[in-house]
Formats: sequence, C-alpha cells, structure tokens
Amino acid sequence: MKNNEEKRISFSGYLKGAIFNNKVIILFTVLCIACIMASNTSLNYIASEVFSRFGRNACLVLALIIPCLAGLGMNFGIVVGAIAAQIAIFFVVHWGFTGIGGFLLCTLMSTPMAIFFGWLLGILFNKTKGSEMITGLVLGFFADGLYRLFTLYIIGGLIPYDDPNLLDRGFGLRNAFDLSDSIKYALDDISFVTVFRLLMVFIIVIQLINIAIGSKKAMAVDKKESMLKLVSAAAGLVISFILMAVPGVSGMIGGTRLILSDTLRVAMIVYLLSLVIRKFLLHRDITKDRLIKGAVLTVIVLVLSYIPFIRDILRSVSISACTYGVICLFCFFNNWILDTKLGQDMRTVGQNRIVAGSAGINVDKIRIIATCISTVLAAWGQLIYLQNLGTFNTVQQQSNVGLYAVAALLVGGASVQKANNRQAIIGVVLFHTLFVVAPLAATQIIGDSAISEYIRMFICYGVIAVSLAMHAWKKKDKKVVKKIVGDDENKDVIKTLA
Amino acid sequence: MMEKLKSAVKHINLPRLIIILFFLFIVLLAYVNDINVNSYIGSTIKYWGMWGVLVLAMVPSIKCGIGPNFGISLGIVCGLLGSLLAIEFGITDIFNGIVPGLGPWAAIAFAMISSAFFAWFVGVAYGKILNCVKGSEMTVTTYIGYSFIYLMCIVWFRAPFTNSEIKWPIGASGVRNSLSMESSFGSVLNDFLGFELGGEGGIYIPTGLVIFFLLCCLAVFLYFRSKSGLAMTAAGSNPSFARANGIDVDKMRIKGIALSTVLGAIGIVVYTQGFGILQAYTAPLQMGFQCVAAILIGGATTGKAKISHVIIGTFLFQGLLMFTPPVSNKLLAGTDISDTMRQIIQNGVILYALTKAKGGSSNEE
Repeated sequence: MKNNEEKRISFSGYLKGAIFNNKVIILFTVLCIACIMASNTSLNYIASEVFSRFGRNACLVLALIIPCLAGLGMNFGIVVGAIAAQIAIFFVVHWGFTGIGGFLLCTLMSTPMAIFFGWLLGILFNKTKGSEMITGLVLGFFADGLYRLFTLYIIGGLIPYDDPNLLDRGFGLRNAFDLSDSIKYALDDISFVTVFRLLMVFIIVIQLINIAIGSKKAMAVDKKESMLKLVSAAAGLVISFILMAVPGVSGMIGGTRLILSDTLRVAMIVYLLSLVIRKFLLHRDITKDRLIKGAVLTVIVLVLSYIPFIRDILRSVSISACTYGVICLFCFFNNWILDTKLGQDMRTVGQNRIVAGSAGINVDKIRIIATCISTVLAAWGQLIYLQNLGTFNTVQQQSNVGLYAVAALLVGGASVQKANNRQAIIGVVLFHTLFVVAPLAATQIIGDSAISEYIRMFICYGVIAVSLAMHAWKKKDKKVVKKIVGDDENKDVIKTLA
Repeated sequence: MMEKLKSAVKHINLPRLIIILFFLFIVLLAYVNDINVNSYIGSTIKYWGMWGVLVLAMVPSIKCGIGPNFGISLGIVCGLLGSLLAIEFGITDIFNGIVPGLGPWAAIAFAMISSAFFAWFVGVAYGKILNCVKGSEMTVTTYIGYSFIYLMCIVWFRAPFTNSEIKWPIGASGVRNSLSMESSFGSVLNDFLGFELGGEGGIYIPTGLVIFFLLCCLAVFLYFRSKSGLAMTAAGSNPSFARANGIDVDKMRIKGIALSTVLGAIGIVVYTQGFGILQAYTAPLQMGFQCVAAILIGGATTGKAKISHVIIGTFLFQGLLMFTPPVSNKLLAGTDISDTMRQIIQNGVILYALTKAKGGSSNEE
C-alpha cells in the first residue's frame, strides 16, 4: 500500500522505494564492484569464471524456491538430494556407463532415491513445524554421517562393489572420485544444434498428437495453430541442417560451447524478429510499447556488444547450450508448478497453515510434496554440478551444498518466505562473483590469500545469520501488532505502530 | 505391563536408553576383545571433565527459555582470547618468579577471569539480539555462532600478538593454527592430585579436573536455588506467569545467555588445559553441536535441563567416543569409525529432540 502511494507521489519516492526493496542486491553489487576494482584482475577472467560457476550452481539454487514458498523456509535439507545424486554416480561409474547415456542413467537412478529421501525429510519437517531450518541443517549433518558410513564402510563391505580402482583397502571408496572417463561434460558437451533439433522434434511430436486428438473434437482454430507450429518446427529443423552445411556457422552452433558474444547478438535479433512476426504476421496482441521497447533493447545490446572493451569480455566467455537450457527448464518448471492447483495450495500453506488447513488443504501432504520436488531438483542440480566439475571428494562434496545455495539465494534478495527465479539468478551471479573476486582482492590488499577462505565463509554465514535474524524480527513485530489488535483498549498504540 | 514399560521408556527417554545400551555393548565388546579397558575408562573420565563445563553452559540457556545454545562458540572464542592473553603476557613466568609452581595456576586463573569478563559483555549483546528473534532462537544462534567463528578467524589471522609462542614462525603477527599449552597452564588441573585407581596400570583419575567440574556444577546448582536463579527458571518455563509476578523476562533471558556464554568461556579454558593444545580458527565450529548433543543424551529436552543431565550425558557421550576407535579398529582392521559415529549420534540425538520440542522455544505458534 505504502509503496504504491509513494510511486504516485513522486519519482524520488519511487526511487527510494526501489532502493529500499533491493537493498541487499545493491549492497552486494557495490561489494562486488569494489572487490573487482581492488582485485586488479582482467575482467575476461572474472567473467568466464563467473559464467562457468553460474552454469554449475544455478540449478541447486533454483531447487530452493518451491519449499521456500510452501513455508518451509530455506531448505538446508537439499544435502540429501546431493547425496542421492552421488550414490547414483557411484553405481553408474562402476557399471561402466559413459557419456550422456551414463548421465541419463544417473538421473534415472537418483530420482527415486531423491523422492524417497525427500519424503522422509518431509515427514521430519512436519514433525518440527516452525523450526524447519535448524532441522534441515542438523539433518544435513546427520545424513552426512550416514552417507559417510555408507561410502567408507558399507559399500564394498556389505554391498558387493568389486572395483579395485575405486576401493582403497577392500572396502570403502577412494577419497577422490574421478569422472573424466565417464560422465564429465556429458551434458555440457551437447551442442546447441542437437538441443535445437531435439526441441523441434519434440514440438513436432506434440503437435502431431494434438492434431490427431483435435481432429476428433474438430476444433478448427486449434488445429490451424497446431499446423502452424508443426510447420515452423519442421522449418526450423530444415534450417538447422542447412546452417550446419555452412562452414562458418557450423563451427559456431555445432561445437560443444557457444561464444557468448555471438549468442547474445543472435538471441536479440531472434527475439526482435519473433516479436515482429507475432505482431504483424500472426496478429497477436502485442502492444506497440512492447515492440518499441524490444527494438530499443536489441539495438542497445547490439551496440554495446561491439564496443571493444565489452566485446572482448563477451568473446572470452563460452557457455554450454544444454546446461543453460536445463537452467531455463528449471525456471519454467518452478513457474509452471506454481500456476497449477498444487502450486496455489503450496502458496496458501506457505502464507498460513491454519487458514490452509481450514480451507480443506492437506497441509502435511503439500509440505511433503514440496520437499520431494526440492530434493529431486537438488539431485539433478548436483549431477549437473558434478558432470561439470569432473571430479569430486567422495565423502565431503555434498556437505556445503545447502550452505552455498541458501547464501546465494539470500544474496539475490530473497527472504525466508519469499523467493523467485529472478532472485535466484541474480543471487548466483552476485554470490559467485564475490566468491571469485574476494580472494583476489584479499590477496591484493592484505598480501595473503589464506585469509580469503575465512572471508568467504564469513560472508556465507553472515548473510544467512543476518537475513534469518531480520526475518524473525519482522515476524515478532507482526505478532506484537496482532496481540494489540486483539485488545480493544490499545487502539492508540496500533495507530502509533502503523 | 506394556503400559509400565512404555512409561519407563518415556521416563528414561528413548535416545538415552539406546545410547546407554550401545555404550554397554561397546564396553563389553572392548572387554571381550582384550582391549585395555582401564586406560579407556581413564580417558573417558578425563574427557568427561574437559567437556563438562562446556556442556554445563547449556543449562542456563535452556532454563531461561532460549533453548540449547548452539552459539556457545561465542563463549568459546572469548575463552580462547583469554587463554591467548595469558600466554601473551607471560603470566606463568611472572608468577613462577614470585613463587615457584604458582605460575600455571595464576595463568589459568587469569585466563578464566579475563575470558569471563569478555564473555559477559558478548553474552549481553548476544542476548539482546536473541530477544529480538524470539521463537527462532536455535536457527539464529547456530548461524550467529558460525559467522562469529569465521569473523574471529580473520581476527586471529591478523591479531597483533608478539609472543613467539603464539605468532607464526614466519611473519610478524597472527595466531598459529594450534599452539602448545606446555609452558603456560597445560594440564594444571588434570595433574592436581591425580592418581591411578587400583595401583599401577589402573584407572587414572584427574582429581583436580573432576573437582573443578563438580564445583562448577555445584555453583550453577546453587545459583538456580537463589532468588535470581528461580526468577530465571520461572521466566523460561512460563513467561506470562513470570511477567505477571513482576519478573522482567527479557532481562532474565539476557542474564541466562550471558551466564551461558561465560560458562562456555571458562569451559574452553578447562578444555584447552586438558587437551594441551590450543586450537584457534575453525576448530570450535562443531563444538556447539557436540555440547548440545551431550546434554540431550543426558535426558534434557529443548525446554528442560538439570545438572544431572549434564553429568550423565557428557559421560555417556564421551565414553562412547573413547571406546569406539579401539573396538572398531579390532573389528575392521585399520579403520576409525568413531568420527562418523559421533556425527550420526550427535545429530541424530539433536533431531530427535527437535521433533519432541512441543510448545518449547522452537515452536512458533
């Protein structure tokens, strides 16, 4: 309410509101810029480092959003999802599957495990309502212990696992697990053109099914649209084959990585073209404002991308089409599920359990489902993380997953009860920029890089501590107001508080 | 019969029962496997005394209504600072010059008093923060504890200590990763009137340490019998009732958490003198969890604690940790399963207590 009024009042009021609402992001942006300036390192290096870390970590952070909206707070329990992923990897590597096949098998194996773990976690959370975060944290440590028991004593001991390359002394896995011969870069190395063709084939199949079903119901409009989509997808497929025949382009889109500068330019042009096509050819409801905004944005990005300084940075960054595609899928999934009936129930539960319960929502069940979804997403996120990293510490790799993911989300401006994809994305970028540059800056300023690890961890825990404290503080204030509202005599106090 | 059994289990409380049985089982295994049980009982008693005061620090914070103090690391850091100052000023040498043999005692007294002094101020500030976050104390205390440790890591790294025993061999300042307490007050309490029970090769009893721990227990016990202590208990167990009786609940909570922090500071001094090595930096990270687990094993809940819980819980927990390595080494040659076991037991017990916390400090409604 207040914000809206301010908006109307003046631009400065609006600005104030914007700054206040984004105070965390602004603070960390300033911190990042200061560290970048102090670190005295080339921006090319920082940019490529941040983009590769972004591809690695974004999915794990996106896994936190649904439980957050379902009122479970920051889910530190995603550690169990990571554990499910790692257990799947042990077996897939042992069986000798490699490449994308191995990766898909890992995904397939880790999913039921993650659902099971998530279900257990959900039951536990239901027993500790109101203190889910500390429960998640302690459970992370507990699961860590069980996992260690599993990897160091049970595997090869109770479970037959006859692999001399991986067992140190007859039982117990080796400390470092190398994936370079199996699933390293399995997902990252899929070229853009493959992803694109798969997408087109997927659309064609879906539309064919649509037409087949739709013909019975005889809905002419839908059928026409389906045909249109079908044709354009087929055209896309053909174009992809034609483009692959062009020598210069085939290297660009057929390779394992995309160069950011080219990708950005093409993406902006495609975006503008799609707007124009939708407006003038398909007569969709697109306002002129949006068209103009799109055009201006495209021009600005294109011009910026040709400025030598920025061009160099953009050229030095290469991104993996498939991994970034999966990140987009995660975002879409989060948005999609929140629009369904289930998602609406989750939001209701997140806002008030008692109201949700009296409205006939099975609160406990919804909470368990939210936890399961989060755990499964975390397992997949950890798989993406590990296939990019290529090697992991068998016993300890998972232990900081929850911490880093939560800290990143909070840096993006999320609170314990509210989070969205945008905050997750911004948070990952800022947090990992800081992660890259803070040690460099510390080395430059203090002359010792050993201290940077402490600074990093202090930032992680400090961010979490402060935002949790702020959240609890706000909650307490609300309670006070509620109490006073219940009391008729104290109406004056309410006024002063409000 | 079943009812009786159930109520008995409820009285002893399930995790405690499991842990007791498990402990007895492990001791039995050790006995059967020809392991020198006496020496391990001796080290159990030693670690019991060393951890005791740290675990005791949980009592005031639980009693004043804040719940287990995961942020005991604040007190621990203060205690480390006090110990470091005692070494830095060379208290041992100064007092040894006056009366030979007095040095270590003066040093440990100095460490305790100075660290208690710091801890009181830190604790009061900490309590003020916790009064703002009523209802989510456990989560907030954990993260405040963690971030404070890393903040102090940065401080340790650059701290301007000049004593050659503290600072890095190379470089101008900063605290070493671990430094020996040999020349200051290492094992001064442990050796005081220490004897071997049952002659040569018997169980070593660190009398001074045990006496000090029990004295601390007595002091806390007596405090909670005093007017101020009773008021604190009332404020913790039923805040609205306490408020109606004119007790300032917020003030009592601050007092309780400050007391807990002070006990934590003294506890780490005792721990350090027994351990013989002062560990700064990230060593105290998991200590808070270990203390919480110990008192919960003793039978405390997130809302209720007694001195007996401290004494029993610490003994069981430490005993288990002492006996597991030799047994696991015998059964699975060349392995040490004890750290994994500690992790599972410690966090399992805390989880169990969290699920049982009804209407306690951990519930928001």
